[in-house]
Amino acid sequence: MIHKYELNGYFIVLDVNSGAVHLVDRLIYELLDRLDENLSDNCPPDLLKEFSSRYSQKEILEAYEEIVALYRAGQLFSCDDYDKFANLMVESPVKAMCLHIAHDCNLRCQYCFAGTGEYMGHRQLMSFEVGKAAIDYLIHHSKNRHNLELDFFGGEPLMNFDVVKQVVEYARSQEKLHDKLFRFTITTNGVLLDDDKIDFINREMSNVVLSIDGRKEVNDRVRSRVDGRGCYESILPKFQKLVQARREGPFDQYYVRGTFTKYNKDFANDVLHLNDMGFDQISVEPVVADPSAPYALTEADLPEVFAEYERLAKIMVDRAGTDRDFNFFHFMLDLDQGPCAIKRLRGCGCGNEYVAVTPDGDVYPCHQFVGHEEWKMGNVFDLSIDPDRKKQFAHANVYGKEECRKCWAKFYCSGGCNANSMQYCGDILKPHKLSCEMEKKRLECAIMIQAAACDHK
Amino acid sequence: MKHVKTINTANLKESAVKGGCGECQASCQSACKTSCTVANQKCEHKGK
Repeated sequence: MIHKYELNGYFIVLDVNSGAVHLVDRLIYELLDRLDENLSDNCPPDLLKEFSSRYSQKEILEAYEEIVALYRAGQLFSCDDYDKFANLMVESPVKAMCLHIAHDCNLRCQYCFAGTGEYMGHRQLMSFEVGKAAIDYLIHHSKNRHNLELDFFGGEPLMNFDVVKQVVEYARSQEKLHDKLFRFTITTNGVLLDDDKIDFINREMSNVVLSIDGRKEVNDRVRSRVDGRGCYESILPKFQKLVQARREGPFDQYYVRGTFTKYNKDFANDVLHLNDMGFDQISVEPVVADPSAPYALTEADLPEVFAEYERLAKIMVDRAGTDRDFNFFHFMLDLDQGPCAIKRLRGCGCGNEYVAVTPDGDVYPCHQFVGHEEWKMGNVFDLSIDPDRKKQFAHANVYGKEECRKCWAKFYCSGGCNANSMQYCGDILKPHKLSCEMEKKRLECAIMIQAAACDHK
Repeated sequence: MKHVKTINTANLKESAVKGGCGECQASCQSACKTSCTVANQKCEHKGK
């Protein structure tokens, strides 16, 4: 299987099963329309005849030879022989946990999938007792995994920061005993940030996700306080301070992370605004919402969204290597050192390698399943985990999803978000089409950026 | 080659043979939380 497309003046060919990416000229690009896996060693006469009005015979034969050479090297029309790894698509140790330290929030963002912090339940903060049990649960179920991840999530985690600190301290005390390394992340809206919290976060959290949607008018329209006022003016300087201080180490990873909606389909301007405000690690992602919501993106919006992704990608190509260079999370792609094919086949790992824990200590497949009682799969106090549920998610991989098997993007999105599939298609094995279309466009842009970097070398 | 420039050297199939150690970051832990992008994660296989 191959995927070919033209973007920003580049003719790009992705060989899906090997992962090889080729920049080709127009002749090869057009020849590939007429070829498939059943490639003959010599150029078929009818092909030669068809192209001879526009290209010389020498050029056509030369190009065809190069196609055959790539084919023989396993870099074009390579076969799908991943079935032999199916036995690796089984239950795995739990290595990552989303800890819902606060089911409460001091903002009332319109699009919040967590029901402005309540997750269809009631407002509640996690106790240290639950947090401690969650650490024990993660250590127990991680078996031989060394690197463990814990994301302090909400609601708004800073509303329960004393417990965040206690949980971090407890987890650190367990690392040597169990030969584990904890990597902490915190996702915050920034309203309660102060110098002490910034200091603690930068010292202990290997990653921090700072929620802001971009331009003031865009952010404040949907990210408002309880009394309806926007939060931009309050949070921006705090985020700038945190990121500035973070440059001193020991951890460098952070993202300013926004959501774009139908209200700002010119979201590249929000990305650029965040860059202008001093941030160079930026993620702005499409809202996932019921199509009836006024801010929801729908299929009718896709042409504009696609055009905006392309515009952003071209701007990034122009800025590469300059002092206005920045990283956009959804265009990050390392074509040489990325994850192994097994990881790509396994997908996001929710419900199998990754779980979410509520303030009550209940365990769910991921943060987006929280509140959907029927998906509850355990509790941290009795160390329970539903083996059938775990097995179900282990098999919710690329090859367990009919529509994903035949998709060219399967090794990059790895089957998409199971929670979106559940919520909008009613089945974790049926991918959410709108998300798929946007993911494919982002991937095309990301590969083009790599191609442009290679072309400029 | 005159008509083709291959921009990467990695082969996914080779990565599958040595892969699957599971020490890499869970994809949702980095920044997304509402979408899934696995291919931008780093490999942490010590024996690679």
